[in-house]
Amino acid sequence: MFDLERWEEIFDTIRKNKLRTFLTGLSVASGIFILVVLLGIGEGMRNGISQEFERDAANIIYVYTGVTSKEYKGLNPGRRIRMKNEDFNYATLKHQDDLEYRSSVFRIWNGVVNYGKESGSYRVEGVYPDYQFLENSGMIEGRFINYKDLDNFEKVVVLGNKVRNDLFKDSKDPIGEFVQISGINFKVIGVYTDPGGEREESRVFMPISTAQRVFGGANNIANMAFTLAPEDNFKDALAASNRFTADIENQLKESHTIAPDDESAVNVNNTLEDAKRFYDLIAMIKFFFWGVGICTIIAGVVGVSNIMLIIVKERTREIGIRKALGAEPLSIVGMVLHESIFVTAIAGFIGLIASLLLLEFVGPFIETQYIANPAVNFNVALTTVFILVIAGAFAGFFPAWRAARIKPIVALRDE
Amino acid sequence: MIEIKDLHKSYKMGSNSLHVLKGINFSVAEGELVSIMGSSGSGKSTLLNILGMLDEADSGSYTLDGVPIKNLNEKIAARYRNKFLGFIFQSFNLISYKNALDNVALPLYYQGIKRTERIDKAMSYLEKVGLADWAGHLPNELSGGQKQRVAIARALASDPKVLLADEPTGALDSKTSYEVMNLIQEINDEGRTILVVTHEPDIAAMTKRIVNLKDGKIIQDTRVDQVRAQENV
Repeated sequence: MFDLERWEEIFDTIRKNKLRTFLTGLSVASGIFILVVLLGIGEGMRNGISQEFERDAANIIYVYTGVTSKEYKGLNPGRRIRMKNEDFNYATLKHQDDLEYRSSVFRIWNGVVNYGKESGSYRVEGVYPDYQFLENSGMIEGRFINYKDLDNFEKVVVLGNKVRNDLFKDSKDPIGEFVQISGINFKVIGVYTDPGGEREESRVFMPISTAQRVFGGANNIANMAFTLAPEDNFKDALAASNRFTADIENQLKESHTIAPDDESAVNVNNTLEDAKRFYDLIAMIKFFFWGVGICTIIAGVVGVSNIMLIIVKERTREIGIRKALGAEPLSIVGMVLHESIFVTAIAGFIGLIASLLLLEFVGPFIETQYIANPAVNFNVALTTVFILVIAGAFAGFFPAWRAARIKPIVALRDE
Repeated sequence: MIEIKDLHKSYKMGSNSLHVLKGINFSVAEGELVSIMGSSGSGKSTLLNILGMLDEADSGSYTLDGVPIKNLNEKIAARYRNKFLGFIFQSFNLISYKNALDNVALPLYYQGIKRTERIDKAMSYLEKVGLADWAGHLPNELSGGQKQRVAIARALASDPKVLLADEPTGALDSKTSYEVMNLIQEINDEGRTILVVTHEPDIAAMTKRIVNLKDGKIIQDTRVDQVRAQENV
């Protein structure tokens, strides 16, 4: 391997057989290229789908109410069920050890928000401080609502990033400014961003206590959102979540006098069930791309083996000549393998670098909904190159060995 | 130089066995120029291949320069070929992607000689066969006669004890044939032992001794007055 004379001989052969070298290299390079790009797109799809699901905390449980559909205890169907603060307080008290984050939401309809000459209609919601985490929101400027705001009925708001851009354009720092909602002044204390994108960022949050008092909400709430404390594994988490869901539903039906089998009056949306589907989907995607990737490698290995077979076949006569001139069998095998490993390794790395460059420079510009940030683990890519090189060498060894074993007189007769 | 006793060789052709050499006894002294003649199928090429260690005899003994040639594995055979023998083939057998100089240098590569020394030596042998100006040309840019002279230079490069030529003029016209034979005679004049397989009487007449093979046996072994090829050029 480190024999300088051998290297000279190899380079000589490669220089004089450019087409053969090019074709071998091309098949290896394109194999690696396809594999890496494929893995990159697979990773991109995973990222893209993750983003789609990232809007809210993955294990969030939403509770909202509708209209009864069944007659129960002398009450007519068609009643609108309205949750109260008591429902929320009872639920949080009863399950306080299980809950991680909790918030009820009071929704203000016709939420027209003004700042100077700018105005827009946004979802305005009264929430608890925990809502930031339930929504997976991050703060860009200022802070979110806290419990002190709640206790003091502070007239403060947190704006979504889109609301901020709409009202304040790019110019001013919104923190400390006052916006008007239905003609009432609210002080801006923060701007948040949400992985769910513009739709989720066109909302305005204020303390729920303030919202109920200022907008005449009494003690009504529109919905409740919870997350449960993390469990050790997904199965336990799913079980705990289902238990909690059932309990909340029963309790609400009891306190609002709803038939136990009424499907439409109380809705509890357990996203952990969705999350399970989501994880299954991601696992499937990963599985699929690895399957395709491994098949590509196998195809690559077969391709390299094929080329090696042809090369050895084509060189049978040359091998005969070399043997007649005094080449030992091992030197023949060494020569063939040395050349093939060298060519496949170089070509493999060229394919690797080309595909990584493609992913690096074109990847960020891909803006479809389900592909984001295609990238590939460098170690995985490197490993595939080595597998291909080793497999190519292995596949080349047997024909080379056989050729080296042929009697020179037979090899010389080969036309 | 070469000592052969009771050499037998047969080939399996399906269920039949073809007895090609039926007890050859034959010796060549140093400095001889011997032609082996015979019609096709007489076993002359087989004999040459065995002498060249390209093929193995079934029975009998073969001694080359005092070294018994038997039970060779590929590795030792390769070493002996490199050290003792130089081959000249009817179809030249030059490596097509190597230029004349590199072809001549190839046996030296297998002797483990360094590149610069290899190139120097190869160049001197190319000069000897009169092709120094063609060193950089590929075989397909050379005429048949030139190719054979490159092949002769290559056979000489490893400074072998014996040159084995299998129909060296078989693919050449008569003028070129005589030029090649002239070169072979000159090399022999320097004292090198040469065996030539041929079926052409005029080529055989240019050697010093003619061995006639028929049906796997030597039927005639005579010393002749050498015809100098130079006279025919």
